[in-house]
Amino acid sequence: MIVAERKPYDEIRSLVAPFAKVLVFGCGGCVTVCATGGEKEVEILASELAITDATEARAREITVKTVERQCEREFLREAESEIRAADVVLSLACGAGVNLLAEAYPDKVVLPAMNTTFLGANDSPGVWVERCKGCGDCMLHLTGGICPVARCAKNILNGPCGGTHDGKCEISSDTNDVDCVWALIVKKLQSSGQIARYREFVAAKDWRPGGHAGPRRMVKEDLKV
Amino acid sequence: MKAGSNLEKILAAGHFAVTAELGPPKGTDTEVIKKKAKFLAGVADAVNITDNQTAVVRMSSIAAARIAIECGLEPVMQMVCRDRNRIAMQSDLFGAVALGVRNCLFISGDHQKSGNHPQAKNVYDLDSIQALAMAKYMRDEKKVLGGDEIEGGFPLLVGAAWTPLGDPLEIRPLRLAKKVAAGADFIQTQAVYDVAAFAGQMKAAGDLGLLDKTKILVGVIPLKAVGMARYMQKNVPGVTVPESLVERLKAVGKEKAGAEGIKICIEIIQQLREIPGVAGVHIMAIEWEHKVKDVVSGAGLLPRPTA
Repeated sequence: MIVAERKPYDEIRSLVAPFAKVLVFGCGGCVTVCATGGEKEVEILASELAITDATEARAREITVKTVERQCEREFLREAESEIRAADVVLSLACGAGVNLLAEAYPDKVVLPAMNTTFLGANDSPGVWVERCKGCGDCMLHLTGGICPVARCAKNILNGPCGGTHDGKCEISSDTNDVDCVWALIVKKLQSSGQIARYREFVAAKDWRPGGHAGPRRMVKEDLKV
Repeated sequence: MKAGSNLEKILAAGHFAVTAELGPPKGTDTEVIKKKAKFLAGVADAVNITDNQTAVVRMSSIAAARIAIECGLEPVMQMVCRDRNRIAMQSDLFGAVALGVRNCLFISGDHQKSGNHPQAKNVYDLDSIQALAMAKYMRDEKKVLGGDEIEGGFPLLVGAAWTPLGDPLEIRPLRLAKKVAAGADFIQTQAVYDVAAFAGQMKAAGDLGLLDKTKILVGVIPLKAVGMARYMQKNVPGVTVPESLVERLKAVGKEKAGAEGIKICIEIIQQLREIPGVAGVHIMAIEWEHKVKDVVSGAGLLPRPTA
């Protein structure tokens, strides 16, 4: 899933400052699952803004709406009237949702309320961790299903580097505990009987499918209209 | 001869090689290089020129390598994967070779977190083994990685680093095997203090048939003080400093710790020479370049052979 965190309140507050009619717009997709941009969080943010407005004696219209997914035009249409009525749409979707909104409503100001952070997994309750970088050319068969592109601080494909220590990455610290992904890979290759894989040289990667050839798109001909 | 460098000739002749290290200035002051070079000329067969080590901005290793050549040193230019993509790496290698550099060591490079620009975006288009393989390909095929012919020669001895006592310990010989297979003409290791443990890793490397295929120069760092030994123990990955050595530094007192550190370093070199497959030493005397001569001389390695 896509993991996104809400921006600090003060930043959001200053982004919406010039506007009189604000639509706080949630998304029922990934950000609902990671509890940062769904219906509940929309209500919370709208209340925060209303309270600050009240303390500052500021008159402002704040409306709320959450659709199933902001990254599909079909679902955006469900919020058509709310979007049209607002001066500004404050989106709690990931960056994909914000972009689609901005494109779909050329005359509308669309603001991000979130920092989209990574493609991740829910590791334990309340904890999301980066597990994929969307490099477009998956090599997990070589690394025991554990990704060095996403999880090595140096993207090293033939690791580990000399910075690994007691299973930790050289960037690891008391406040930011980071496993050496190559220590994990080696362990996994050993425990799953695939350690022979370790000897294979992984050649220089073609980064084009990873976004370095420009924006990516996927077309399913059978679904096109 | 692949590159015709002094280092290559020394190693080919079977002499016990000595390399040292020279860190470029944090700016444009060429005197820093010239001063350090004076201490190393005639003492080391080649001198590693570090590439923005610890991710702190310094004069480029290419420029510093050229200045080192003008000072009578033979450089082993270091190139990290952190700061350049494959286009810039190859371009810089052309420049370096054109300026007379004949040895290059490819390393990952410290993460920018430890340097003076932690906000920087790192590159890591290639990892160190891929970079090494690229340079070997450039030399042997006379082509860039993308396939175009190289105009002019590309005589370059290519090397890699090895952390023999890093964990997980059991994969370190396999990792060396990958570097050798990728074309490492020479290897310079992380600092070794635990000679017995290192000998075990060399035995494992020998069992993999690696010792005939590359030349291993073992890293040594003279200890200046108890504090330094403690720091190395705790903070430098892949370096183990036996407690017995720390005790020796303690026993002589603060004033004489430096001299004892040099004595220890000399003893380590003498022990390393007895290990099959050790082709030389790489002395990393950080900001202690003027002491390298004492180490080399004490180990009975002067005068250096002329290739």
